[in-house]
Parts: sequence; C-alpha cells; structure tokens
Amino acid sequence: MIRFDQVHKRYPNGREALAGVSFAIDDGEMAFLTGHSGAGKSSILKLIALIERPTRGQVFVGNQNTAGIKPRGIPQFRRQIGVVFQDHKLLLDRPIADNVALPLIIAGIAKREIDKRVRAALDQVGLLGREKSRPLELSAGEQQRVGIARAIVGKPKLLIADEPTGNLDPDLALEIMRLFKRFNEVGVTVVIATHDVHLIDRFGARRIVLGDGRVAA
Amino acid sequence: MNVQAWLARHAQTFVGSLGRIVQHPVAALMTMAVIAVALALPLLLNVFLQNSRAATANWNQAFDISVYLDKKAGGTRAQALAKQLRSRPDVAAVRVIAADEALAQFRSTSGFGTALDALRDNPLPDTLVVTPTLPASNPKGTEMLKNAIAALPDVQTVQIDSEWVERLTAMLAILRRIIWLTGALLGAGVVLVVGNTIRLDILNRRAEIEVMKLVGATDGFARRPFLYSGVWYGLGGGLLAVLLVAVAVASLAKPVERLAGLYGSQVRLNGLGFALGVAVMGVSVGLGWLGSWLAATRHIRGIEPR
Repeated sequence: MIRFDQVHKRYPNGREALAGVSFAIDDGEMAFLTGHSGAGKSSILKLIALIERPTRGQVFVGNQNTAGIKPRGIPQFRRQIGVVFQDHKLLLDRPIADNVALPLIIAGIAKREIDKRVRAALDQVGLLGREKSRPLELSAGEQQRVGIARAIVGKPKLLIADEPTGNLDPDLALEIMRLFKRFNEVGVTVVIATHDVHLIDRFGARRIVLGDGRVAA
Repeated sequence: MNVQAWLARHAQTFVGSLGRIVQHPVAALMTMAVIAVALALPLLLNVFLQNSRAATANWNQAFDISVYLDKKAGGTRAQALAKQLRSRPDVAAVRVIAADEALAQFRSTSGFGTALDALRDNPLPDTLVVTPTLPASNPKGTEMLKNAIAALPDVQTVQIDSEWVERLTAMLAILRRIIWLTGALLGAGVVLVVGNTIRLDILNRRAEIEVMKLVGATDGFARRPFLYSGVWYGLGGGLLAVLLVAVAVASLAKPVERLAGLYGSQVRLNGLGFALGVAVMGVSVGLGWLGSWLAATRHIRGIEPR
C-alpha cells in the first residue's frame, strides 16, 4: 500500500526532516510510526497525503508513484485517503453531521446517500444521535471521534493519523486506538504517527521507529 | 457525480452563501451600497441624456431657413419666390411673412411701438421661412439648400438657425462618451470592491478552506461559495442602484414638469424603464461574479494545507 524508497525531505528553512527513509507497509497492515518529536513522523504522513513532496527519493501510495501526480490530480488522490489530525481540524461553526459529510459533499455524492453514510460513520465511532451538536459542545475525545468519522466516511482503503491521541488522557487514548484497530480489522490499512510508546505496547501492530530522519528499527 | 446531485449542491451553496451574507448584514449592505452608488452615477447621467434627446428630438424645425428678401422686391415677388421654392424636392414648406405682418408682430411683442411710429417706412423686408424636408434636415442638406437660395435673385440674406442645435448635439455626444467612460471606470471599481470583500472573506475562512482541501476539495469547489457571494453582492447592489435612480427620477419629476410647462412643452421625465433596469442588475451580477472570481481564484490557490 505504501512504499518509501530512499526518501529525503529538506524544508525551505534548511531543516532536513528525512534523510533517506525506506520502508513498506502492506495492504491491510496496521503500523505505528514512532520516534521523538522532530524525528520525521509528521513529514512522512505529509508526504503520503501529498501535503509535501519529497526532495529526493520516491513515495508510492496504492502502487502509484506520487511523483506522477500533478497538482490538478491531488484532490482526487486525497479522496482515497482518510486523514486524522491531532487537533482534529473540525469546522467549529458547522454541526457534526456537516463536518462528517464534507468529504462526501466534495466528492459529489447524492444527499440521501450522504445522510445514510454520515449516520453509519457516526455509529461506528459511537456518536450516533449527536449529528446536530456543534464541535465545541463535545468533549476532546468526542471531537477526535468526529475527526475519525470524517476520515472513514468515504470508505478509504488507507487511514493515516498524526498524533490522534496527543491531546487525550490515557483512557480516551486507548479507546481511540481501539477504534483504529477495529477499522484495520475490516481491511483498512492504518498508519498512525505517535510518540506514546506505552500506548502502542498494548497493540500487537508493527512499529516503524524513526530517529534523526532515518528508520532506526 | 450525477447531474441531480450537482444541481442540488449548487442550489444549496447558492442559498448557503446568502445565509452567510444575512449573518453579517451591515458589512454586506455596505458593500452593496458602494456598488449601488457606483452604478447609480452613470445611470443618472444616462437618464439625463436620454431625456435630453427625447426633448430635442422634434427640434428639426430649428433647421428652418430664414430668407430675407430685398426691400425693393415687393409682395408679389415674394409669393413667386415662395412658389418656386416649394417646387424643390428638398423643401417641405415655405411660409411668407409679409413686411407689414412682420412689423405688426414686432410692434406688439417688442415694446418699441411708439419708437416704430417715428419711422416713416417699414424697415423690415418680406421674409420667407423655408422648412427643409426631413431627409434634408441635416447640416449638409440645409447648407446646400441655403447656397441654392442665396443664388436666387432678390434674396438679400439667408440664415440657418441650426448652429445651436448642432452644438447641443455635439454636447450630447460628449456627454454620451463621458457616461461610457465613467461607467467603465465605476464598473471596474465595482469589480475591485467585490474582489476586496471576497478577499477578506477568504482570509477569515482560511482554516476552513485548508480543511476542505485536505479532504480532497478542488480549488473550484472551495471557490464556489465565494462566487455565489459575489453574485449576491452584485444582485443586491444592482437592485439598490435601480432603486436609487427611481427615487432620484421621482424627486425630479415635478420640477421638470414645471420647467416643461414654462416652455409650453408636454415633455415628461422618463426613468430607466423595465428592460434597462433588468439589464443593470444583470451587469451588476456579472461584475460581482467577476470580482469574486478574480479574488477567489487568486487567493484560494495560495491556501494549501501545511
């Protein structure tokens, strides 16, 4: 599903985030990207979502070399990936249902179908019945679950998450991780960047440990 | 994407962008008012021009040619000349004003009655007033006719009373050009005003646009609500402009009627009219759309998720 081949990433400010990273993640696999902050976890996720481009090396997503995707093709490409953010990036002035529906609206799905799939997605994250609430009326854990519902509503084959438990207490964090595990069990490839080593000890998933812009283990 | 979903989505965005405007009524009204004032100025000038033209359209009688005959010619000669001129293809009518008649008229209107009594002879000549046919009622045609008449025997002076009409026509032509120029300038102003409003709107919603792009929105999708906002601004501004002009015309109607009455004229002030009103709103919507398109295309391209 994902393959990094000697990927370098140097930002315009001169910082070298990745210095020759190579790894591969199979279809249906669940993998944790770990390492201290600044080790390059976020950079890897940004390269997968085409928020950034590699300085050198190649990134393959879904057997497609991302170097061949032109700016014009990026929106279509991103619709195949579910992305979860540490700060969940919800639209605070819109109800939960609208937030979750956003990817489907963008993809031009018919309204009746959208309503059905939004309810299904909210059901999967345990928030059915909260469609009309606003994000700020929800707890931090619930907000993150809305973010996850938005990521999976388009039924992506690949789900990536950047420190999805970063702002949550341990119990909520564990709950969120179990949610990701459940999606992985139905065939979704899941890649989670986290520095919370204790948390991932409780999951039997693969770890890709980064250090100084390289794969350490 | 099926057509029905696409249409439904557009309709929803259209109404949604109106909702957003209604949430900030003062700011939106300010923008619309600026558009309205910018459009109303050339429109009012245009109303003035159209009415001036309508009022002067039937003034081709001003192309009448006054022919003053030699004092020694006499009344019969005047009648003969009139007959001769009437047979010309470019002459519509000839009126003979006999010297005595002219003197009587002058005596009654000028107030020089007693002074005229002191004169032994009638100082006025017989006069022919020649009206050219409509096709000949232009500077060139009347000039030709004038030269032909001047060459006739017993004709002393030929005078065309059209110079001031020509000047008026020239002035109206300049005014027309000025209207187009101000219209173009103020139209560009409308585009800039809408563009600037939309730019601020986009900056305020930067985070939202970023999120949209992260979940796969194209620039076109992110731009759409702003285009509709621009259309609403244009529509509101156009409507206000038409209202402004209507109010101005209504407030001028009475004084104009009075002025026309003083000239013994039936001229009435005409407003924009329905067709032009609709056209104005169409143009205003177009300018609003253009302004928002320029701003949205430029600024949304620059917003990328980080």
